[in-house]
Amino acid sequence: MSGTMANPAPTWGDPTLTDAEKAALAALCARMIPASAEFNVPGADDPLIQADIASSISRDATSVHNSLALLDRLAGGDFAALPEARQDEVCETLRAEGGVDLMLTTRIVLQCYYRDDRVMISLGMEPRAPFPKGHDLPQGDWALLDPVRKLGKIWRET
Amino acid sequence: MPQLEPADVLIIGSGASGAAVAWSLAETKMRILCLEQGDWQNPANYPSTGRDWEARQFSDMATSPNRRQLWSDYPVNDDNSPIKVLNFNAVGGSTILYAAHYPRLHPSDFRVKSLDGVADDWPVDYAVLEPFFAENDRMTGVSGMAGDTAYPPQKAAPMDPLPMGRSGRMLGEAMNRLGWHWWPSDCAVTTREYEGRAPCINLGHCIAGCAQGAKASTDITYWPAAIRAGVELRTRARVREITVDPATGMVNGAIYFDKDGVAQFQPAHVVVMAANGVGTPRLLLNSKSETFPNGLANGNDQVGRNLMFHPYASIWGYFHGETDGNRGPPLSLWSHEFYETDPSRGFLRGYSWQFGRGVGAILEAQQSMGNGRLPWGAEHHRVYRKLFNHRMTIAAICEDLPEPHNRVTLDPVLKDAHGIPAPKIDYTISENSNRMLDHAIARATECLREAGAWDVGVERPILNGGWHLLGTSRMGEDPARSVVNGWGRAHEVKNLFIVDGSIFTTSGGVNPTSTIQALALYIADQMKQRLATLFD
Repeated sequence: MSGTMANPAPTWGDPTLTDAEKAALAALCARMIPASAEFNVPGADDPLIQADIASSISRDATSVHNSLALLDRLAGGDFAALPEARQDEVCETLRAEGGVDLMLTTRIVLQCYYRDDRVMISLGMEPRAPFPKGHDLPQGDWALLDPVRKLGKIWRET
Repeated sequence: MPQLEPADVLIIGSGASGAAVAWSLAETKMRILCLEQGDWQNPANYPSTGRDWEARQFSDMATSPNRRQLWSDYPVNDDNSPIKVLNFNAVGGSTILYAAHYPRLHPSDFRVKSLDGVADDWPVDYAVLEPFFAENDRMTGVSGMAGDTAYPPQKAAPMDPLPMGRSGRMLGEAMNRLGWHWWPSDCAVTTREYEGRAPCINLGHCIAGCAQGAKASTDITYWPAAIRAGVELRTRARVREITVDPATGMVNGAIYFDKDGVAQFQPAHVVVMAANGVGTPRLLLNSKSETFPNGLANGNDQVGRNLMFHPYASIWGYFHGETDGNRGPPLSLWSHEFYETDPSRGFLRGYSWQFGRGVGAILEAQQSMGNGRLPWGAEHHRVYRKLFNHRMTIAAICEDLPEPHNRVTLDPVLKDAHGIPAPKIDYTISENSNRMLDHAIARATECLREAGAWDVGVERPILNGGWHLLGTSRMGEDPARSVVNGWGRAHEVKNLFIVDGSIFTTSGGVNPTSTIQALALYIADQMKQRLATLFD
């Protein structure tokens, strides 16, 4: 008797975006998170962030393709070519109808946007991995528990 | 099929319970072998070592096996459940991917029928398990503070508690004003050098593996000691079924797929199931034979029934002051104010709270955009800065009482990569649990408002909240209504033992890992004491 090696084929589809999909995604991202001079941050349509998104689709490839296809359907054609005001109207409809596919697409956009160095610095974060430096936390004063001690035991005898 | 050298004791699964039982039995000098479908993890590859640490909780370190889809995972059909199954398949099992919140069940949890007239009493009690809790705390390396008024007084953790932080002070002061219990949690996280492990440095991302080695997963606690003592741990070994000798009705080994996908028969004199509350019933139900046509040890149709998850609610608030965010272990305080039964609340049994310091930048954005707080467009940045690092969370863990219709069966279609039928989950939240959730949400909202929250959000139940897989091969004295006896031996098979969360008679209202491991140590101790008469 022999079995098959446990290396299941990926079930999440082709992560490659067409040029048209890339343009639609960038336009969508610009409406979602625009650049801000006030906070000194790029928009989510920034080329570096778009490149990160394109390489991060993996498990959500099918959802991204579906969301972008719905976006163009709602736009009546090429979403990226629409005026911004019309794009915002289409985005409102997309948010109402996009369902789980849009949620997963949005999640990728956000995970790439909020790990961008420029965004993290704007938020007061160090653009680094947590390890090995870690973080500092105040130890606190455990005398704050004195009122709890005074309340006495609350566990139930058996 | 080649026949391998027999094992005296064959353990299925290397997670919380399998590791503990392997270590304890090692002193017998028997030949002990553990089969693990996953492999060793390399802490240098854990998410907190990279810039993509938050994103990986949605990919290769996702808590759901259906999302993760690694070679070591098996699919779970949980479509018919409002709570989804979470696990991790590797040496260390789901302790690789847990928050290390480490409370014990309370004494009252073992006497639910006697005290409250519901479910069943356990055949063991807190006093019996107390020395095994203490032994497990030492092996695991637990931090905490003695004197918690929610527990009998002898409980004391080996290490000082994790830092209170800004979030802890804000919540503690609010709890004091309300006159409610709170206390530093027992956490399976080191706060000083401990048995070769470095102390916590607040990486802030405990759940997806600890690169510092401060979090106690059993690959770095029990397993090194067990292997030094002579236990063999065989990885990439996925068990298909437990086999039975038709002449005796006793188990005689297991068939598993090795790392090359070749089926192997591993003979054994004793089999110990430690594959969690979904994996164990799945394997038992897949182990059909002439002697056990409905699955191993399932002549009474109890295997897979009485699944308990702990329905969770997450209640979070936003504050004007800055909180700890993800800059420390997410959980280090608890409250058991509403744990013990008070009939005036409208439900039986109770719940605990675990206080969360905050969340990371990506999770804040995703959750807040998902629930409509974080807008698209020009206002996005201004609103985000009011939310990020301004959140604290209370997670309510509600006791889930056993109900036979909540169960694990075999999916008629879905299979894993080796063609082994996958588990199917059918589960509903009871009316008692729903009333408990109502109460927990109302009181948590009160607490957060008292602490100064200007906005409060709720997720109920937490969809991806099936951390605790309990009750599906439960322990009891009545062979008609339970699967194993008071010391973990199957009623129907005298050389089959179960030591994981599936043997819980009731769920309690706290994270179960500490109790799972104490039970595993207790059962191992019983086996050692009864070696001469183990099969009587």
